[in-house]
Amino acid sequence: MIQPAVSGAAVAALESDEGDRRSGWRQLLTHQITGPLAALVVAIVIFSVTTDTFLSAGNWSLIAQQSVVVGTLALGQTLIILTAGIDLANGAIMVLGSVVIGKVALEGSPLLALLLGLLVCVAVGALNGALVSAGGLPPFIVTLGVLTAVTAGARLFTQSQSYPISNGLLTVLGDGPTVGGFTITYGVMLWVGLTVVLGYALSQTAWGTRVYAVGDNPGAASLSGIKVKRILFGVYIVAAVVYAFAAWQALGRTPTADPSGYSTSNLDSITAVVIGGTSLFGGRGGVYGTLVGALIVVVLQNGLTQAGIDSLYQQVATGVLVVVAVGIDRIVRRRQSR
Amino acid sequence: MSEDRTPVLQARGLTKHYGHVVAMDDCDFDLQAGEILAVIGDNGAGKSTLIKSLTGAVVPDSGSLYLSGEETSFRSPLDARRAGVETVYQELGVAPALDISQNLYLGREQRRPGIMGTVFRQLDKRAMRHGSAAQMADLGIRIQSIRQKVETLSGGQRQAVAVARVAAWATRVVIMDEPTAALGVRETRQVLDLIRRVRDNGLPVVLISHNMPDVFAVADRIHIHRLGRRVALVESSSLTMDDAVAVMTGARSPETLTQVRVPDPVGHRTNLVDATTTPGEAQ
Repeated sequence: MIQPAVSGAAVAALESDEGDRRSGWRQLLTHQITGPLAALVVAIVIFSVTTDTFLSAGNWSLIAQQSVVVGTLALGQTLIILTAGIDLANGAIMVLGSVVIGKVALEGSPLLALLLGLLVCVAVGALNGALVSAGGLPPFIVTLGVLTAVTAGARLFTQSQSYPISNGLLTVLGDGPTVGGFTITYGVMLWVGLTVVLGYALSQTAWGTRVYAVGDNPGAASLSGIKVKRILFGVYIVAAVVYAFAAWQALGRTPTADPSGYSTSNLDSITAVVIGGTSLFGGRGGVYGTLVGALIVVVLQNGLTQAGIDSLYQQVATGVLVVVAVGIDRIVRRRQSR
Repeated sequence: MSEDRTPVLQARGLTKHYGHVVAMDDCDFDLQAGEILAVIGDNGAGKSTLIKSLTGAVVPDSGSLYLSGEETSFRSPLDARRAGVETVYQELGVAPALDISQNLYLGREQRRPGIMGTVFRQLDKRAMRHGSAAQMADLGIRIQSIRQKVETLSGGQRQAVAVARVAAWATRVVIMDEPTAALGVRETRQVLDLIRRVRDNGLPVVLISHNMPDVFAVADRIHIHRLGRRVALVESSSLTMDDAVAVMTGARSPETLTQVRVPDPVGHRTNLVDATTTPGEAQ
């Protein structure tokens, strides 16, 4: 325990956010979420002015639903990137989860199917986590290998067939109440809910602080008595649970369990994380930024479509945005570490 | 410093072999309450093996360790930490993206009382900020706000955060391994001041350093290490820097120094420094 042993005045001065308040504006400007949020607002304003259809409730329902699967995958990706790792296999894990759910639901109960889907996702996540933490292998290589194997595994398991999903429980995340023309699906609610839960875990619990510390300086974390490997392993497990939720959402979005679907969702999720301001070097960022980042990607695609611009240019725009986001991160880091 | 007080941390006959290499050869160590003890020695003298066995990072092949007179052994750094022995390392000490308060409590975070803490595992950030601010003020470390990220601090301030962290949690001994090696002149002076304040606040400090002016500026006593063992334990006021370097490098025999008499732990062995000292000179 740290015992306060000095007069209150000096302590209170340090404790107060006086220092922060003086530079309140600067803090706001340099906060990680400010940049992505500003970019999102600018994009929304531009598309609202230049197109008639962009701001409609129907279109926003679509944007939310288009964001939900990649957005959820990106939440798990955020945790892993915060530890200075990367997960190339997240889309493949989700697809494996969804085909397991689809195939089991053909004969078994839908609840059992969901549980088995979760179990499979967690098992693959545990494999990634074990290879990265206990094995000490680079996450890029581990998840690249797992991506390849799991993608093939999902096709072998289904004999490259896709399963139609008819059960209500399995597609429920595609439903939801409509308010003033804007449909909020349960999947969107789940996405936002997961963001809030993970945001709380990262910012309000010791576990969260340790995740940041492990990504920021594993040596210091270890010397502080943090079990670095256990934190790393745990992060891959939690991410896998999030991927399982994404699998369920994917079935709600398109009621087919397709082993060859979502083949670029791993890179899309990384895009969302990076645009959301989380540093690929680890230790900086958060899930709220990722939520905004996922929206930016979809808003950009959606808006450019509304404006009648070729979809290839949309991809160019997204690519430029990723490089700009990483460039900004690099500059910020270099200035701060000086 | 009265000589009959029980040393806070004491070692007798520590030995460590790595294959055929003898890293520590029947090494003794004595740290008294309220002192800054500098450990000096040439490269390869085995200083770091000694320090690692005092911090639990290395388990000696043989020998005994005593904490306040009671025999103990550290199997891991965690053991040492639990016993109240904390270490500041030259680097790696802090997480730059976290703020000062988070760094001070890293690995020992405090949760809120009640259901928010037990069920929802919520951190008590306010209490941790208060504790951190108190600790920083206590040690006279100047910073703007406890919420500053460590990366916004200078090298000296960062090291100060590392020292404050260790001093906050150590209950018996603070060990500092080359804490000023990476710092400039002014920052070094600040850290040396800090080391004195840690001692004045009641924790004995073991300072490992290559820098003789630093050692002579702050140390009360000096442990001179050579060829895997302590060859001399002297009051720092009783010798010159040249003497210390001469003994450290073997150019001068330690018997020519006025050594400190050390108490015997529990009848394990008798005065060890006397064994290397001619009877007339021991004091």
